[in-house]
Amino acid sequence: MTGPLAAALVGAGVLFFLAGTVGLLRFPDLHARLHALTKADTLGLGLVAAGVALLAGDVLVVARLLLIWLLAMLAAATAGQLIARAARPRPREPRP
Amino acid sequence: MSALFDWLLALSALALGLASVAARSRFAAIALFIAYGVLVSLLWVRMGAVDVALAEAAIGAGLTGVLMLQAAPGASAGPAPRLRALPVAVAAATAAALMVAVADIGRAPGETLGARAMAELGRAGADNPVTAVLLSYRGWDTFLETVVLGVALVAVWALAAEAQWGGPATARQRVRPAGLLSTFGRLLPPVGLVTGAYLVWTGASAPGGAFQGGTVLAAMWLLAMMADRVAAPATGSAAIRLLLVAGPALFLAAGLLGTAFGTMFGWPPGFEKPAVLAVEFGLAVSIAATLALLVVGPPQLGR
Repeated sequence: MTGPLAAALVGAGVLFFLAGTVGLLRFPDLHARLHALTKADTLGLGLVAAGVALLAGDVLVVARLLLIWLLAMLAAATAGQLIARAARPRPREPRP
Repeated sequence: MSALFDWLLALSALALGLASVAARSRFAAIALFIAYGVLVSLLWVRMGAVDVALAEAAIGAGLTGVLMLQAAPGASAGPAPRLRALPVAVAAATAAALMVAVADIGRAPGETLGARAMAELGRAGADNPVTAVLLSYRGWDTFLETVVLGVALVAVWALAAEAQWGGPATARQRVRPAGLLSTFGRLLPPVGLVTGAYLVWTGASAPGGAFQGGTVLAAMWLLAMMADRVAAPATGSAAIRLLLVAGPALFLAAGLLGTAFGTMFGWPPGFEKPAVLAVEFGLAVSIAATLALLVVGPPQLGR
């Protein structure tokens, strides 16, 4: 039972990666592209990690997968925000 | 199925490499080069060379990519330099020679070097054959590599203007206190420091080591500097310079100790493992400091 379920989760994750990549290539401006990339990929990685975790026989491996997902989520969220902020036009930003 | 995956991976890496060389803008060339490095490190994983994969991902793709992005000011605007015949010919000839050499290794008669390396592992001070090769069998090469890193940093520092020599390195970004980058710079370094130290420690028996762990440590220091959590160091301070040479100096001292037992870089019997670990940790600290300061660049007044 775990086999097909894992395959379904990984498959769903791959679909989200695919959707994120299509969005990155097709969306009109930087903010829309960032939206597609960071959100879809984060969910895709979570689904793939969940699918692989079902196949892992060891709790430690599952913990590592979870940690990888959390770190990737943190990095994607931060990098996405920083890129979006750097791209924002800033004529009125107060000088430090 | 996995053969299909390997073919796709190899062809994608090849395509990315070609695209990087042929890219029209410098920025695109660098971005493609970084993606190429990530795929190459996946190829190393597929070949079971996890040590090399870690080094390729951390140094080949990550650190070299950052260095190139910094070295090409206005990289997004400038057109890439045109391909010239002579460099292409030299690169192609080198690649061809390497391919012939690699193909020749497989045909060598008798026992391969791999078998001999595994046979002597007990005396090398490391259960990880890659670490054994780096620190025991080929200690000289690795020692000189770490010295080369230091020389590269001296060359970068030498670009500083006369008045700024020895002054503080500049890693200042505009960072809002309690902003996003500031929080990230506080959140990630604890995790990264543990990961880096673990990579160095585990290098004696599993994939990892001074270069891989050192790069992670360097990234954490850089992040802390960029997020304004710690100040960039003065390049003239004795403490920083000591930090930079500590690893190679420890390596050299351990190597000289070996001469008392017969050969340079030959570890005394019974002390192989402590010697390897001490050198690994010393090297990791110096490599981390050198790589981080290479990215920060020469000291200069207000960027």
